[in-house]
Amino acid sequence: MKVTDKDVSYVADLSNLELSAEERERMVRDLNSILGHIDALEKLDTSNVQPMAQVSDRYGVDQSKQGSERFAYASREDILEGLRKSLPHEEALANAPDSDGIFFRVPKVIER
Amino acid sequence: MDLKLLTIDAARSAVQDGKITASALTESFYAKIEKDDPQIGSYLALSKERGFAKAAAIDDMAKSGKVLPPLAGVPVGIKDVMVTRGVRTTAGSKILGNYIPPYDCTAVARLESAGAVVLGKMNCDEFAMGSSNENSAWKPVHNPRDLSRVPGGSSGGSAAAVAADLAVATLGSDTGGSIRQPASFCGVVGLKPTYGRVSRYGLIAFASSLDHIGPLTKTVKDTAIVLRTIAGRDPMDSTSAEVPVPDYLAELEKPIRGMKVGVAREYMGEGLDPEVRSAVEDAVQSLAELGCEIVKVSLPHTEYAIPAYYIVATAEASSNLARFDGVRYGYRAENARTLSEMYRRTRDLGFGTEVKRRIMLGTYALSAGYYDAYYLKAQKVRTLLTRDFDNAFKQVDAIVAPTSPTAAFKLGDKTDDPLAMYLADIYTVTANLAGIPGISIPCGQTKEKLPIGMQIFGKHFDEATILRLAHAYEQAA
Repeated sequence: MKVTDKDVSYVADLSNLELSAEERERMVRDLNSILGHIDALEKLDTSNVQPMAQVSDRYGVDQSKQGSERFAYASREDILEGLRKSLPHEEALANAPDSDGIFFRVPKVIER
Repeated sequence: MDLKLLTIDAARSAVQDGKITASALTESFYAKIEKDDPQIGSYLALSKERGFAKAAAIDDMAKSGKVLPPLAGVPVGIKDVMVTRGVRTTAGSKILGNYIPPYDCTAVARLESAGAVVLGKMNCDEFAMGSSNENSAWKPVHNPRDLSRVPGGSSGGSAAAVAADLAVATLGSDTGGSIRQPASFCGVVGLKPTYGRVSRYGLIAFASSLDHIGPLTKTVKDTAIVLRTIAGRDPMDSTSAEVPVPDYLAELEKPIRGMKVGVAREYMGEGLDPEVRSAVEDAVQSLAELGCEIVKVSLPHTEYAIPAYYIVATAEASSNLARFDGVRYGYRAENARTLSEMYRRTRDLGFGTEVKRRIMLGTYALSAGYYDAYYLKAQKVRTLLTRDFDNAFKQVDAIVAPTSPTAAFKLGDKTDDPLAMYLADIYTVTANLAGIPGISIPCGQTKEKLPIGMQIFGKHFDEATILRLAHAYEQAA
């Protein structure tokens, strides 16, 4: 078994999840099952292969241009107002679970 | 008006010629939704105010004798992962249960500018994570062809609504097959365009390098009309490409004789249901009879696609879903004493099982000590999979494959086995990793009368070719 209960606790912590005892148990089982399948990747020799993070730097762009030149079409001059006006304050706060009308309000950050 | 088989052109012409008003057409769709959708479950919200306002505007235009835009009065549905100003948008999740977006997704705005009437928001798997629509936090969707079966996922509501005539067309999203697989299960047409062809602005992100927006419709022509409307560079999405959008309708009518169509053995091997195999083989034969040259191609790294996909997709998801913290919008758990406790409890109670599983898997794959073995490895395999397609497309214009290894399965069949559910995406995830376009079109049915779907892959930004092939096949079938 690859993933232990301790690993699940650690990763849950990184993910800002708590998970119930039952969920943790199931997570150990499921992650091991999925990673068991994913381990097939080990068979493949990729030592001379470049990683690919995204598609948009390879296709539909001018291949003769390099780096940021290649994406010049996507850049613009710095302007005070963006492409469209910023969201009005009250609209930005409208979906907030808690606010004082000016700021988002959250529980105490510093303990003690 | 008979809503069955009502296409975009038929709906628009009826409104233009005064046979029906857009308002009456909208009303009849809402009536049908009220009558039929309780059994199907394809809608999560109806946007009646917005829909009727648009319909009234179209009716005013028609009355003044103006030529109406291409989607005038056409009733459409939008997958609930695309934000709609003033209309509740949940992404199928409790964590966004009461979210009212302050802006519109670009694709939705473009549809409405072309005259479309937005009927409402379509049910889907939570954050588009699933292959059966059973991960919706609100309710499952039932396949209109057989109510005991799933509609596919994650755009299950979008596909079911088109199949059940509860919308003329819908928008879905596709991160690993989520447009094409439900289209195949429900017997409709679904297109995942090239990465960068359609703006993702306003699409609630699952895996940003794999997410795509695309249409689900009754005919290939309708898919071409919707694609033409939503495609093209959008300054609000820096990954939307500056590549000219062809006139897809004109492209549809061009001949397919002499085109080279590839068939890859990796897509026709072990695990493929014999009925699906024979339907796809028959379809390939039909394309040959229409004058296409059939060429055997190989995509040798296909077996590594699911492992690579589920690393890349979950890694990106774990990062994208970090924003759901109960501070700025959405659900917040009550009575937490500290900020940290509030985050945890909000996410624990707000996310469903599959979403948590993917956040955990993605975080694990990115965590110290595992990054090279999983995430970096998967990105390298992504290069190999993309190279496979580049090489194949040196020989052929398009590649035909099954969309899914089986027809629609029963509700509950795979819910206890996440790996079995992931393997349902085996023929679709490759197009997302490589960013190539893929369309699923109906190609027959099983003995149990369940629809079977065939997929056609094309070169980057060459949707025109796959639409042409799909249209020719559809017309001949």
